[in-house]
This record gives sequence, C-alpha cells and structure tokens, in this order.
Amino acid sequence: MTRPTVMLRHNKVDLALHRLRDGAGGPLLLLHGLGERSPASVPLQAEGWPGPAWALDFTGHGGSTIPAGGGYTAEVLMGDVDAALEHLGPATIFGRGLGAYVALLISGARAEAVRGAVLADGPGLFGGPAGPTSPQMVAVPPGVTGPPDPFAMIELSRDVRPADYATTFARAAAEHSDLDQPIAVAAIGRPPWLEAVVDALVLEPTTVEDALAGYSR
Amino acid sequence: MTEPDLDDEARAARAAVPDARRPDRYRTVSSNGLRLAVYEWGDVNAPPLLLAHGGFDFAGTYDLFAPLLADGGWRVVAWDQRGHGSSEHAALYSWDADVRDALAVIDTLSPDAIPVIGHSKGGGLMMQLAEACPHRVSHLVNIDGLPGKRRMADVPERERTRMMASELTSWLEHRRRSATGERKPGTLDELAGRRARMNPRLPRAWLRYLVTIGARRDPDGWRWRIDPSMRFGGFGPWRPEWSLLRMPGLGMPFLGILGTEMEEMGWGVKPADVAPYLPPGAEFHALDTGHFVHIEQPAEVAALTLDFLARR
Repeated sequence: MTRPTVMLRHNKVDLALHRLRDGAGGPLLLLHGLGERSPASVPLQAEGWPGPAWALDFTGHGGSTIPAGGGYTAEVLMGDVDAALEHLGPATIFGRGLGAYVALLISGARAEAVRGAVLADGPGLFGGPAGPTSPQMVAVPPGVTGPPDPFAMIELSRDVRPADYATTFARAAAEHSDLDQPIAVAAIGRPPWLEAVVDALVLEPTTVEDALAGYSR
Repeated sequence: MTEPDLDDEARAARAAVPDARRPDRYRTVSSNGLRLAVYEWGDVNAPPLLLAHGGFDFAGTYDLFAPLLADGGWRVVAWDQRGHGSSEHAALYSWDADVRDALAVIDTLSPDAIPVIGHSKGGGLMMQLAEACPHRVSHLVNIDGLPGKRRMADVPERERTRMMASELTSWLEHRRRSATGERKPGTLDELAGRRARMNPRLPRAWLRYLVTIGARRDPDGWRWRIDPSMRFGGFGPWRPEWSLLRMPGLGMPFLGILGTEMEEMGWGVKPADVAPYLPPGAEFHALDTGHFVHIEQPAEVAALTLDFLARR
C-alpha cells in the first residue's frame, strides 16, 4: 500500500510529508533520526495516538531533495518542520534522535503551533560537543549521493549543541506554550543539551506512550 | 573577460571609478556540484593568493584593491561565495560550507600553502580555513574581520528568551516566503541608494559602480544578484568569542588590519578587544576608516599587505 505523500516547498528544497494514517483529532508529526527516513507505518510507540499521523523526510533524506554541496544546520531542519506545520496546522511532534533536537528547536520557535514535543532516542541524538570545536574539513567520497545525503550525515553528527542554547529554546517553549509541559523527554540517552533541558524545565522521565497519551487529551 | 553588454548608463557608472579594474579572467569551479564564479587579476604564472569577500558582498568589491596586489606581482584570485554575486544560489548556507567552497577554489590553484586574505566575514572564513587546513595557508591577512564578543552577553536570561523568540519567528516567516521571493527591482541609482544604507561612508560613484557588477539588468529594472533567501542577522549555537579563541593558536604569519570608525556593517571590535588574542608575532594595524578599509584606503592596505607578504 502506498502512503499518500504531499510535497512541500521549503526555500529551494522539496520536502516529502507522508500521511501514515487518518484519525480524529489533532495531528501527530513524526521526525526521523539522522540518516533515517519516515517509517512506512505508525511505529508501535505511537499506535495509541487517536488523530492522523504524518511523517516528514528532512532535507537530504528519504523522498526530499538532496541539495548540492552540503551546508546543513539543525536550524534549517527546524525550517523544514515549520513548512510541515504550515501545512498541517498545530501538531504534536514525536522526534527521534536528530529529530528530537529539531523538535526542541521548533517547540521554542513556534510554541503556539507545537502541541507538545516528545523527545526520544535515535540516531543523531548526541550531535557534536556542547562547546567550541576544532573545525573539520569535510570531504565526501565521489559517487556517494544518498539518500541520505552524506553531507547531512557528517555535518549533523558533529554540530555544536551548547546547553544554554538548548535551554533558551526550552524556556521559550515553556513561556509561550499554553501547555503545562510542552516538552517531554523519553530519551534514555542524555547528551549535555538534553540534560540541560531536563534540568531547566524540571522534567520527570517519561515514556513515548505516556507522553503521547498526555498530549492527546 | 566577457561580461553582458552594458548600456550607456552602466558604462558611465563604470567609467566614473577610473581606479577600479575588472578581473583579467573569469571561470567557474564546482564545489561538490555547486557552481562558483571565480575571478583573477594579474599574471597567471605569478604566485597565487586568495581573496575572500564579506557577507552580502561579492568578488567585484575587490576591484580597487585586487589590481594593486596583482601589480605587486601576485596572481590574485577571488570567488563569489555561494548565493552571492554570480555564483549559484544554494539550498543550504553555512560557515563550514563556505570554507569548503574556498578550499575547492584553492585546489585549482596550488596543492601547497598560499596566502589568503579576507574582509569581514571573509576574514572569519579564512581564519577557520587556516585552523582546519594549516598546510594550505601560508599567510593570513584579516581586514576588519576579527571576531569580537557577543554584544548581548549582559542581557538577562528572561529578556533573551523573549528577544530570541521574536528573532526566530521572523526568520521562520522569512523562510516561508523565500521559495517565491525576489529582490526588488529598481533603477541603478535606487540600488546604489539601498546599498548606501549598509555602506554609508562609501562614495556614491563606487556604489553605482558596484550595481553594474553585483546586480543584473532585468526588463523591469536592476536587481541585486544575491540570493533573496539570504538575510541579515540570524542565530545559531556558535558564539563569536569561540572564534576569538582560535586566533592565538594560528601558526602562519598573521596580519590584522582594523578600521577604527564604527559603522553599520562593522562588528564593533576595538583594537584593545583583540590584542590579547593575536597569535605570536602577529602584525596589527588600526586605520582611521570604517569597516570597508580596503575600499576607503586601497593603496594603504595594499602596501601593508605587499610589504607583509614580502617580509614574512
């Protein structure tokens, strides 16, 4: 069975947004991890979600455009998610790995449009260090094109994620969202950026199932 | 080099800056599939050096400075950064990608270390290149592109959250419109006038000259070539003071030139701010100019640069 896919335009990139399932209520938006693509069906952990479920392929991943010459940032992927939110309207987000970090960013930037973000383990959760790094000259072997885009794989696995940068987004989410707890951390892995978010918002550990059940009410 | 035919008005604008010289050669370089416009002044057999322009500029902003270096015995090479000038508009922009593009240009010049010179953002890019690939950079010249410290460091956390939220919203709104965005057309004088807001100290004749290079003539008027999806400001996880920490460790001869008059496009960096971070043996000059030091005083900056390259 083919999943209906909507192509969205984000600047010069065409993004594939897949509808995994219909339902009644607010939409759930799945964000995959680094190097992954949207799943073919709703993952087990999200099966209890009553509303429609969608999944977005980030730039350079899955069915989305692979641009020439790299230049990836987590902030541009946040723009990818914003394009999906413009199409879907307010949505709850379930992000894996890199998708969890991007979910945090968009929760701070579009607090009114994100009806809760669940941050879960997955590829790209850790990213680079929390402080200054030595610059790295990235070279991609000729002939390797993806998806996933090898530039995305390299650049988004080592991007700097300072704790106070992450907490700025977390605080913005807490301040501007009308949810009591707009961020839920289900990840067992705790990179410094995520530990800082947990501390700043005084979050109790939860599971994806429990967090989604809370946001579906 | 071949350029689109200029009309009488554009030819007159070119002629009004007699000291400026267009490049002797033009070519393109592919940086992992992205097309970059590359320009050269001087003897093709002379030793090469690389010029990196500032943000929202283009290689043609070196039309006063580059010929002086070429006349000093160098093969002077500049490129339009991705999205700028006549280079391809990219889907993605990042500091790392710009540095990679610079290396793609250098790869066409020499396998060895060559001098690199950068203004403003270009200076920052070259500093990163020098740290990432010290084996490719023999001398580093930084023209008013020395990093400073974040100006908003003393803003309370709560205030910063609010300011950041509005910055983020405005950036995302811009991204939502950028797929169909176009630069506003205007007359040659109107475009020069818009640029004067960013370059208040530069002569109007120079700004009109720049329009004939950095803009194209469409049926409905002149348009700056720069990618309309690019905009000023922005945000991100990297802090300017971290770049400052890179400076003391640079091992190649280093020349820093700072303009002391604060202005719109400047980084607000004062000599005393950077002095403690200069690498050992660095040479440092503060000139009584604004941010565009090499445009206000091309002869002085070229003399300092040529002397530095000859001695070190």
